[in-house]
Amino acid sequence: MEKSREVESRITRRSVLKGAAFASAGLVIGFSLPQRSFSNSQSVQETFGPNAFLRVARDNSVTIISKHVEHGMGIFTGLATVIAEELDADWSQVKAEPAPADADLFKNLAFGIQSTGGSNSMQNSFLQYRRAGATARAMLVEAAAARWRVASAEISIDKGIVMHEASGRTASFGELVDQAAALPVPEDVPLKDPSRFRLIGRDDGTVKRLDSPAKTNGTALYGIDVKLPGMLVAVVAHPSRFGSTVRSFDDSETRQIPGIVDVVEIPTGVAVLAESFWAALKGREKLRVDWDETAAEKRGTDEIISNHRALLDQPGNVARRDGDVETALARAAKTVTADYSFPILAHAPLEPVACVARLSSDSCEVWSGDANVTPLQMKIAATLGFRPDQVEIHAVFAGGHFGRRNETALEAVEIVKAINGRAPVKLQWTREEELQNSVYMPMYLHRATAGLDDNGNLIAYSHRIVGKSLLLDSPEFAAQFVVNGTDFTSVVGLATTSYDIPNILVESHNAVVAMPAATWRSNYNKTYAIETFLDQVARAAGRDPYELRRSLLARDPREKKIDVLSVPEPVKDHIFAEHPRELRVLELAAQRAGWGEAMGPGRGRGIALAYAYSTPVAQVAEVTVADDGKIKVDRIVCAIDCGVAVNPDVIRAQMEGSIAFTLGSALHSEITMTGGAVDQSNFHDFQVMRIDEMPKVEVHIVPSAAPPTGAGEPGGVPVAAAVANAVFAATGRMYQSLPFGTV
Amino acid sequence: MATTLTLNGEGVSFDVDPETPLLWVIRETAGLTGTKFGCGAGLCGACTVHVDGSPVRSCTIALGDVQGASITTVEGASGDLAEAVRKAWIALDVVQCGYCQSGQIMAAIALLEQTPHPTDADIDDAMSGNICRCGTYQRIRAAIHLTARTIEG
Repeated sequence: MEKSREVESRITRRSVLKGAAFASAGLVIGFSLPQRSFSNSQSVQETFGPNAFLRVARDNSVTIISKHVEHGMGIFTGLATVIAEELDADWSQVKAEPAPADADLFKNLAFGIQSTGGSNSMQNSFLQYRRAGATARAMLVEAAAARWRVASAEISIDKGIVMHEASGRTASFGELVDQAAALPVPEDVPLKDPSRFRLIGRDDGTVKRLDSPAKTNGTALYGIDVKLPGMLVAVVAHPSRFGSTVRSFDDSETRQIPGIVDVVEIPTGVAVLAESFWAALKGREKLRVDWDETAAEKRGTDEIISNHRALLDQPGNVARRDGDVETALARAAKTVTADYSFPILAHAPLEPVACVARLSSDSCEVWSGDANVTPLQMKIAATLGFRPDQVEIHAVFAGGHFGRRNETALEAVEIVKAINGRAPVKLQWTREEELQNSVYMPMYLHRATAGLDDNGNLIAYSHRIVGKSLLLDSPEFAAQFVVNGTDFTSVVGLATTSYDIPNILVESHNAVVAMPAATWRSNYNKTYAIETFLDQVARAAGRDPYELRRSLLARDPREKKIDVLSVPEPVKDHIFAEHPRELRVLELAAQRAGWGEAMGPGRGRGIALAYAYSTPVAQVAEVTVADDGKIKVDRIVCAIDCGVAVNPDVIRAQMEGSIAFTLGSALHSEITMTGGAVDQSNFHDFQVMRIDEMPKVEVHIVPSAAPPTGAGEPGGVPVAAAVANAVFAATGRMYQSLPFGTV
Repeated sequence: MATTLTLNGEGVSFDVDPETPLLWVIRETAGLTGTKFGCGAGLCGACTVHVDGSPVRSCTIALGDVQGASITTVEGASGDLAEAVRKAWIALDVVQCGYCQSGQIMAAIALLEQTPHPTDADIDDAMSGNICRCGTYQRIRAAIHLTARTIEG
């Protein structure tokens, strides 16, 4: 135990590296290190670190520092690929580890704070990490040139071997570390011409995920696995109604349970601390808490729906206006209207909240897989009266995120604060809490209205959305992404439609619900509404859904006059995909799926398109509807254009995964409330996708040299609409209320 | 009152409340953290271990009920089949967040022990108790088929 503390302090002292001071990536504490993923003490001692994003060690290893938390999307592998490419490293010498909390060095360039989300990890890091790799390469070349007394132009690097061809001299990176570290860091180093990429875009199995070995032998380290000397385990009694506070509690019976160490009140409830999880859980069962429900949400789902429905009848904040929808609708030969409802959803990552906090008089450390590193650091500092730099955050692997694991460690800090830091604390949530006390994708209601002229042309489209804002509760994000009362996350995909319709009106209402809201992987309700509505319009107009979409995508949307567009300034100039990238993915998906080919009885094919996370993606779904109304999704053909495909197999995996995530929710998932309390408690009544429902997914990536765009979530955006359109084609019944259930 | 059993081939004795679920004894007392907690109710499969060779949800079986049994966790899964499963998982880069994968791998090993050449329907039957929220199901299926072909030689 003492020895591990020594190791820790030594690492921290020695981690002040050339070019950028960054703290140890941590995790060198009293337990075994996970394989590959994190640094070990040796490599920190003798390294060359020209910038914050990588280290080259004497042992020849190249460790990239990921500013993004690995939630499973493969970003460690992706950022390592980018650096290894520019460095001309051999893939086998590359490792990755998470960055410490340091917003100056590691901010997400799209958010301005250190945070992982929005499918922009590769998007915002690509050039930054290429430059980091190219800079390190230039310094290794300079070091070799100096050692061999030759011109740097005569030096090349191939698979981690630095060479001077004329003299036949070679050196490994490790041999050049000391000399390279003594050189000044060059600026404006040229990047590699993409025609010479040998790791980026490679699809022959050479570039494997860095985290596969540790995640197949049990050594990968998650928040739940962190163990510190003397650590206590805490479970928290949370209120069943959102917004309740503790009035008083009686812990006399709890304290009788063997292993219970303390019971403390925190802002979110009452924490039971014990020597083991089981003791803490049993202690919580005996705890009696009197909740003050004055400010609590007491409505059930039905009442919340009624409240939302009333707003649906009223004009909302205008997100987009082109032309004059009201007049066009009044003139239309035919109108089509449809209401949609989307349930509250829990993210249900398979790892319930689990994180560790340790507090001393002048510092706090946490271990968690939380995505919002800077806001978490600031909030912990504010809670403790510390400066942010007194708060160290060790990012560990997250057992899924999906929008849920944002700042969960704050509650662990509240507990360790309540016991004055006398022991490190692991906070452990249960599945029941994940479903009943968590953050949620809110309920949304939509109303769409279309006007068709005599020739079946779509001349007017009006769409109104009612739901709780995801961002108004988060000042860091609201300042940027809520414009004129319009939360960008409530309307993106609708207000940003590139369909060529002369008159468009998109409005939204921010409903008030006490349940905490958070974004949700793929956030697909807007695309679901517009893409299924389009199939209803196509049927009313007697047109093929694919051909209707093609005609609506014929013109470049940037040529169109938009009168009102309430979207964030940084987004405004690129809300539309470069024309005709959307048309291209639509046609690719249709062609690969055999659009128009005959299908057997009870079968149907549906198509849907999205431009999401700066990525055009189109899908064709094939379904079979059984006599009893049960839907089987047989196949999803997915075409995606996400710019340069850094790791094609990781992109395919993300398409498969996001399709499964959305599809499971559309088929089954729903959180309901009675009297303000969530009805569901575990995976028996909150159903998610299981292997027997997984369709065959085929992914086609459009070859591209454009900068990379989102790949983690786009796959889940159109899939539910494609499936619903396939069921519509097979049965004539359109799902307007999710989850689907049976036909 | 201590409970005696075999864990990953070694005889061990645990002096903890015999009502404690096996999962927490494995994780907290034995310190083997590869086996994960997902639901506490036998509904997600993250905690799957082998008890005398059969896949069992360790979150719903009490320590006292495995007195004298032989328990294998992901850390102790060894032999040709276990290695072939791991190799297939790595060859196809099945994992994403990875949290469910210890349980998936333990369930897959148990399936392949019983059914060396499973069909898709066999896989659905044996694996539908194991949730993966990242949605790696297509690759899990492919990796099980790949293992079956590898073992066949």
